[in-house]
Amino acid sequence: MTGTPPDATAERRQRWRERIEESILPPLVALTIAAVVGDLLIITFGQAPGEVYRQLLEGTWGNAYGFGQVIYKATTLTFTGLAVALGIRAGLFNIGAESQLAAGGFAAALAGLAIPGATPGIIAVIICIVAAALGGGAVGAVPGVLRARFGASEVIVTIMLNFIVLALLNYFVATHLAVAETLHTREINAGKLARLADMSPLFSGSAANMTLLLAIAVAGAVWWYLFRTRAGYELRAVGLQPDAAEYGGVRVGNVWAKTMIVSGALAGLGGINYVLGYKHYYEEGFGAGSGFLGIAVALVGRNHPVGVVIAALLFATLSQGGLAVNALVPKQMVDVLTAVVIIAVATAVPEVRRALAASRRREPGTGNREPFIANPGPSSQFPVPTSQQ
Amino acid sequence: MTRPIAVRMSSVEKRFGPVVANAGADLEVARGEIHALVGENGAGKSTLMRVLAGLYPPDAGRVEVATGGDALRDVTGWSTREAIDAGVGMVHQHFMLVPTLTVAENLVLGRELTKGWSLDRAGAEREVTALSGRTGLRVDASRLVSDLSVGEAQRVEILKTLYRGAKILILDEPTAVLSPPEVQELWKVLRRLRDDGDTVVLITHKLDEVIEISETITVMRAGRTVGCMRTSEATPRSIAKMMVGRDVSLALDGRIDRERGPGNGHPGTTSTTQRSAPVAGSRFPVPCLEITDLTVASPRKPNEVDRVSLTVARGEILGIAGVEGNGQTELIEAITGLRAVSSGTVRIADSSGTLRDVTTHDVRQRADAGLSHIPEDRHRRGLVLDYSIADNLILGLQHRFTGGGGVIDTSRVSANAASRIATFDIRPPQESLPSRALSGGNQQKVVIAREMGRDFVVLIAAQPTRGVDVGAIEFIHAQLRRARDEGKGILLISADLIEILALSDRVAVMYGGRIVVTLPSAEATPESLGPYMTGAHGTAA
Repeated sequence: MTGTPPDATAERRQRWRERIEESILPPLVALTIAAVVGDLLIITFGQAPGEVYRQLLEGTWGNAYGFGQVIYKATTLTFTGLAVALGIRAGLFNIGAESQLAAGGFAAALAGLAIPGATPGIIAVIICIVAAALGGGAVGAVPGVLRARFGASEVIVTIMLNFIVLALLNYFVATHLAVAETLHTREINAGKLARLADMSPLFSGSAANMTLLLAIAVAGAVWWYLFRTRAGYELRAVGLQPDAAEYGGVRVGNVWAKTMIVSGALAGLGGINYVLGYKHYYEEGFGAGSGFLGIAVALVGRNHPVGVVIAALLFATLSQGGLAVNALVPKQMVDVLTAVVIIAVATAVPEVRRALAASRRREPGTGNREPFIANPGPSSQFPVPTSQQ
Repeated sequence: MTRPIAVRMSSVEKRFGPVVANAGADLEVARGEIHALVGENGAGKSTLMRVLAGLYPPDAGRVEVATGGDALRDVTGWSTREAIDAGVGMVHQHFMLVPTLTVAENLVLGRELTKGWSLDRAGAEREVTALSGRTGLRVDASRLVSDLSVGEAQRVEILKTLYRGAKILILDEPTAVLSPPEVQELWKVLRRLRDDGDTVVLITHKLDEVIEISETITVMRAGRTVGCMRTSEATPRSIAKMMVGRDVSLALDGRIDRERGPGNGHPGTTSTTQRSAPVAGSRFPVPCLEITDLTVASPRKPNEVDRVSLTVARGEILGIAGVEGNGQTELIEAITGLRAVSSGTVRIADSSGTLRDVTTHDVRQRADAGLSHIPEDRHRRGLVLDYSIADNLILGLQHRFTGGGGVIDTSRVSANAASRIATFDIRPPQESLPSRALSGGNQQKVVIAREMGRDFVVLIAAQPTRGVDVGAIEFIHAQLRRARDEGKGILLISADLIEILALSDRVAVMYGGRIVVTLPSAEATPESLGPYMTGAHGTAA
C-alpha cells in the first residue's frame, strides 16, 4: 500500500462503527419484540412480567449453579450452532446436527470404554475427542457425499438420517451396551474432563466443564478457517455463488462433501460436553433438541462464529431460565419464548437493517460517506486521473 | 414541440441502499413519437422507466401521464396494474414468459377468456392472431413459447404488452438478443405502431439504433438527465460526448463513423481500426488454442456443440458471431473446463509453443496452463458479488495468493488490488467495497483486470462489453487490441455483431451448434454474415 490518505483511518473507524451497529442493533430490536410478546404471555398466566424476568435472570446469571448450567448448555449449543453456521456459509442447510451430536457422543463413549483405564489423561481425552469428531463427521459425510455425487438435497437426507441414526444408536445401546435397568452405558474408563466447579466456586454444583475451552477454541478455529484460509475463501464463494466458485476453479462438489463432514464433526464434538465432561457415559436422548436449537443459534448468530457463541449463551439462558420460573409459569412458556425469538430475528433483522441503511442516507453528516452514484461520471466526487495524462 | 405530451417526469429521484439510481431525472415524451432514452449502463435509464411503469415508487419527483384524453394526470407512485390499465406497458430486457404455455396462453394470462368453466383456447388464439396481423408482429399463436427463437419470444413480449392495451410502449434494450435482420424487422413494427398513434420509448446505449429509429433523444448520465434533442440535429459523436461527459477517444471513432456511414448506416468494411500483423517475427500463424471435433451435450440436446474445430493463432482475434443460444455458451464452457465434452479435444500452447491436450484438465489446471476467461455473465460467474473488489481480483487465482498453512496472504491480495485498480481505472478505487456496489462497467473492469492482468496465452472473451457503458467499451476494446498486439490469442464470442467486426481478424459464425462459415475480416459484413446467422445458408458451408 502506498501512502494512506489522512481520512482513511477515519473512514475505517466509521465502517467499523457501522458494522457493529449492524450486528448489534437488529438482534436487540428482535429481543425487545420477543420480550413484549413474553410479557403478554406472562400476563395471561396471571403473573407479573417483572417478577418472572427477575426470577429468570436470578436463576441463570444470578447464582453459581444457574450460571454454570447456562455455560454448560451454551457449550453444546456452540458446537451445534457452529455446525449449522459452517454449512450455511457453504450453501448447505444441515438439519442433522441432532443425530450428528448423538453420534459424536456415542463414538466418544465407545472410545472411552475401549481404552484401558490406565491411559494417561491427556491422551485418553484426545482419543475421545477425535472419536467424537469422527462419529459426527461420519454422519455428516452421508448427506455431503450424496449431495456432491448425485445432487440429493442435504435437507431431506439430514432429516431422514436423524431418524435412522438415532434409532440405530438407541438399538445398540439398549441391546448391547446399556447398564441393566438404564438407558445408558457404563462409565468410560478414561478421558474424563474436569468440572469447572472443582476449580472455581463461580460454577459450583453445575455441569459446566473443560469442554467450554474446547468450544471457544473451536469457534476461533472456525473463524480462522472461514475468513483467513484459502479453503474458507472457496467455501464462502461456493455458498454465495456456486457458479462463480466453479468458474474460479473450485470443485464445488468437493467443497460440499468436505463441509458436510466438518459440519457433522463440529456437531459431534458437542457430545464431549456430556460424555467426557458431565456424566461420563452415553445415554439415550442426551442433549435432545440441542441439534435443532443449533439452527436457531446459527440464524440468530448470523452464521458468524462470534455471533454463534453469543446466541448460544442467549438460548442457553432461556432454556435454563425455563426451569427457574417453573413455579410461576409453565416451563413450556419459555419454549414459546424461544420460538418467538427465532421468528422475531427472522423477520425483524432484515427490516431493522433496511431502516438503518435508510437513516444513514438521511444524515449525510456522519463521516464522509456520501452516497455514491452507480456510475460516476468524471464530474462526480471521485478524482479522475485524466489530468495527468 | 407541437404534439401533445404523453409522459412528463420531473426531478425523479430513486435510491437503492447507498446507490443513487436516479437524481434529477427528467423526461418529456410527445405522443406518437419514438423516443430514445440513452446513457451509459448504470445511468439510471431502466430505473427511470420502471418508475414510469409502476414497478418502483420514486423517492421524490413527479410522474405525469396523459391517459385517455390529452390532459396530463399526476400518477406518481402508481402500481403496475394502474399503469397497465392506463395504457403504459414495459417490455423487459429479460423475458417474462411461461415457457410451457403457448403464445396465446401467455398473452391472455391474467385475463383469460373463458367459456363457462373452461379456458377458451380457440378464442384466445383468434384474438392473438388478429392482433399479430394488425401490428405486423408475426408469430404463431398456437406454438409453445419454449419452441420459439429469442427474436420470436421478444415479439410475444411486445404483443403481450399491446394486448393489455398499451398505448405507451417502453422497450428496454430490445436489440441485445437480435440478429441484424430481426432488428430491421423490429424497427418496421415500431414505426408502424408510431404511425398508428402509439408512443414508444426505447432504452438503448447503441448509438446507431438511436440515429436510425428515434425522433427525439433524451440522454442520461449518472442518474440525471443531461440533455434532450431532436435526432435530426444530433450526431453519434455529440450523443456519445453527452453520455460520457467528455470526448470519446479514437478507439471508438472507427465504430461510430462506420455506424454513421452514408444512408442509414450499415457499417461498411472500410475504416475499421488498423490491424497489426500477427506476432512480430513469425510469418506463419502460430496456434495457441486448437479445438478439434468438439461435441458437447446439454440436457436438451446431445450435440449442443456439434463437431466444432477451430484454431486461434497468437496475435489474432478470432470472433465468433451468431445469435445467442446456438451453442456458444456450451462451447465456451467446454473450452474452459466448466462442462464435460462428449468427444473432441482442446489443446493450449505452453510456453515453448507446443500444443498440450487439456481436454481432461479441470478449470484450475487450464487456467494455470495459460487460459484466461472473461465469462459471458459476470453476475453469475465472473464475480462473487458479495466479495470485495480485492477478493474478486483473485478469484480463480486464490491458490497463488496462499501462503503456508493454506492461509490467504492478505497483504499480497491488497497489493494486487491496489495495482489492478490503478491500472484498470476501477471506480470507486476502494478495494474493500463489495463488487455488488459497482456499476456494470466497473464490475466488468474487475473481471478484465483479473483475467488480463495476469500472464496468459489465450483469452476467451465472452460478451466482454455486454451491459457496459460507452466509456468502458472503449477501454475494454483497447485492452483486447493491446493483448492481441502483444501476441496473445483471443477468442471473442459476442452477440454484438458490430463488436465482432470492429475487433476480429477472422470472423466465424456459429449456428445450430456448428461453425457454419469462417471469413477473413475484410469479407465480413453484416450483409455477408446475416444469412449465416439466421441459418438461411444452411450448414453446408
